[in-house]
Amino acid sequence: MKNRLNREIPENIEGYGKVRPFAGAFATEPDMLRQAPAVKRIIPGEGKLLTSLEAVFKKINIADGMTLSFHHHFRNGDGVVNQVLAVAAKLGLKNLRVALSSIFPVHQPLIEHIKSGVVTALDTNYMSGPVAEAVSQGILAQPVVLRTHGGRARAIECGQLKIDVAFIAAPAADEYGNVNGVQGPTACGSLGYALPDAEYADYVVAVTDYLVEYPLSPVSIPQTRVDYVVTVDQVGDPKGIVSGTTRITKEPVGLKIADTAARVIQAAGLIKDGFSFQTGAGGASLATAHFVRKMMVESKVTGSFALGGITGYMVEMLEQGLFKKLIDVQGFDLDAIRSIAANPNHLEVSAGYYASPYNKGCAVNKLDVVILGATEIDTDFNVNVVTASGGLIMGGSGGHSDAAAGAKVTIVVASLLRGRLPIIMDQVLTATTPGETIDVLVTERGIAVNPRRPELKEQLLSAGLPVKDIQELKLLAEKIAGVPVPVVTGERIVAVVEYRDGTVIDVVRQTRR
Amino acid sequence: MTDLRRTMLFLPGNNPGMLQNGGIFGADSLILDLEDAVAPAEKDTARLLVAHALREIDYSGSETVVRINTLDTFGKQDIRAIVPCRPAALLVPKVQTADDIRAIAAEIAAAERPGQAPVGIIALIETPRGLAEAYPIATASSRMLALAFGAEDYTAALGAQRTKEGSEILNARAALVNAAAAAGIQSIDTPFTDVNDETGLVADTAFAKQLGFKGKLTINPRQIDSIHTVFNPSIKEIDWAERVMQAIRQAEAEGSGVASLDGKMVDAPIVNRAERTLYLADLLGLRKVGKA
Repeated sequence: MKNRLNREIPENIEGYGKVRPFAGAFATEPDMLRQAPAVKRIIPGEGKLLTSLEAVFKKINIADGMTLSFHHHFRNGDGVVNQVLAVAAKLGLKNLRVALSSIFPVHQPLIEHIKSGVVTALDTNYMSGPVAEAVSQGILAQPVVLRTHGGRARAIECGQLKIDVAFIAAPAADEYGNVNGVQGPTACGSLGYALPDAEYADYVVAVTDYLVEYPLSPVSIPQTRVDYVVTVDQVGDPKGIVSGTTRITKEPVGLKIADTAARVIQAAGLIKDGFSFQTGAGGASLATAHFVRKMMVESKVTGSFALGGITGYMVEMLEQGLFKKLIDVQGFDLDAIRSIAANPNHLEVSAGYYASPYNKGCAVNKLDVVILGATEIDTDFNVNVVTASGGLIMGGSGGHSDAAAGAKVTIVVASLLRGRLPIIMDQVLTATTPGETIDVLVTERGIAVNPRRPELKEQLLSAGLPVKDIQELKLLAEKIAGVPVPVVTGERIVAVVEYRDGTVIDVVRQTRR
Repeated sequence: MTDLRRTMLFLPGNNPGMLQNGGIFGADSLILDLEDAVAPAEKDTARLLVAHALREIDYSGSETVVRINTLDTFGKQDIRAIVPCRPAALLVPKVQTADDIRAIAAEIAAAERPGQAPVGIIALIETPRGLAEAYPIATASSRMLALAFGAEDYTAALGAQRTKEGSEILNARAALVNAAAAAGIQSIDTPFTDVNDETGLVADTAFAKQLGFKGKLTINPRQIDSIHTVFNPSIKEIDWAERVMQAIRQAEAEGSGVASLDGKMVDAPIVNRAERTLYLADLLGLRKVGKA
């Protein structure tokens, strides 16, 4: 069958089940109850502290076929996933499903666990590095489920991703299970992506190398939800977890794009008191914040909040009074951690609060503007952030689709040419975020406005901005770089790309060697 | 295309990425560089790349200038390969005498195709001898468009310490502006080399404008907006120029031969300056903003 974006998708996908096709960003309504884990108790005198992961496996009686979940706040410095799976392998477990919110190069040992049958299913929002490559080449018999950050929270809350055991890497914990992300050698700031797991998993295990005296404060994940606390030598490598200071790019093309994106926001009349904003930590996205900041200072504007992954740059804007609040689901650098630990206006929120489409209101709904990237964008404004030009998986939605759906104005910033390849095409290889939720594409050679937003196009034109038709931009790129030969993939489905509401927006097929 | 050369941005001739994207930054001129940016072993590659770029890439409104090598090195090969690709001008390094320009002009003439618009010359003055000969150089050929100043080589030849405030190059700058003005061509200032110092760039550019320079060599796209802002007529200057023209019209209407503004006589040089200001303001679309 074909979904709303004209993507050919089977009605049933082996290893995934029955497909609900993507029908539009807000077309599919919820029709389920919330998930409810078993009620448990701890009586006085009962302890939770265990001294080895093996003891945890025995205590819980972790069995073949279970779903183990993990968060990705330690990014490429994570040590917990590898340690837990090594124990699973040692104990001879098979057919585990690993629900890890993002998979990084450090998780390479997963490949061996997949080969040996310890792990047979992956559920994630983003994957890059050797595991993503192996998946693209078909290492798993059943397809990976690729979700959005909000979609993962939704799937957990609504019982579609049922977690048997959540292993929560805890920068700091006490023996009764209180956890925070702001203390200890692996402090990572917000624990937003771990919060749904902690709330809905059958068993919750805090894994820490920094055990403090009871009671820990502040508390991000409370003792009331944690079954066991286990100590290990090291939960992660701080060098891979946070960067020192996130700096603005000096790359001239990126700066040009960022400057133009800021002018788009200004021309749309959004640089005013109460402004709310989300942007990424990389390249042109963060540089846009730099130009927006200049405009806010010049116009003496006080914004309402900045949202999402938080960098030191956003912290500076909070401290400078340019935003009243930061809403933080994930911190990227040391300044973000320092701030969330000390500043009451810097809020730690869960992935569900941030972006789940099926609750009574998520934060992305309150956004004026979000700045997003794209690997490819098509002439219907559909965006691919999952697969690279050769068809390999090299990313995932993360919060891309969520923020795009929520914000009043969604701006995609991208170089018209990536290396030798035009980024605009007739049809993206993998649709991740639907074009109906993308308003403006900003490139170094001009701006394209989604035809669904004629009033916005008028505003940009009257501000003298270089607005072009997206077809015209596409031709411009092709004139310079030529028309790329479309990627030919195999038939086998290696990943199912779920939209935030759980419908299937696309599938990723095996790459051809 | 205008004769504006507020910014002349260097693009390394051996960097395909920069050559491809050079047109997006809004510089008045682009200097595709075959000289200092390119190692001797890469001269052939760069020449091919630059020739191809001139033929194929739409630089969307920026003037294209190519900095060639001196005639005693790779200059002749550069001219033969580049001139037929129709750059607006060549930037000639280390010009010492009027004869240097005449030799270059002869090479250009030999390389130009029939019907091709004449390729101009901008002479880079970066030696004490070149500065001493600046006026003869500026008048050596009808192809001459501008004199540009290269302070790094110049101060090195003097044995003077190069500083950010630039007191060591004050006389050279003034002499170069004067020679160019006497010849009726433009003068372009030396680059500001600390690309991270925006305040310093603005101060240095404002000083160059005050001395009479019409533009500045630019070594990083990030410098463009600041330099343009300095060279653009300010709202105050536009307002003054409009009042000058108003005073002239009023004097004419009253049949008076002498116009005055704020108690000062408005004479020909003042009118010229006001006209130049309004010409630039119109060219850059600044007058509406000025009135708002």
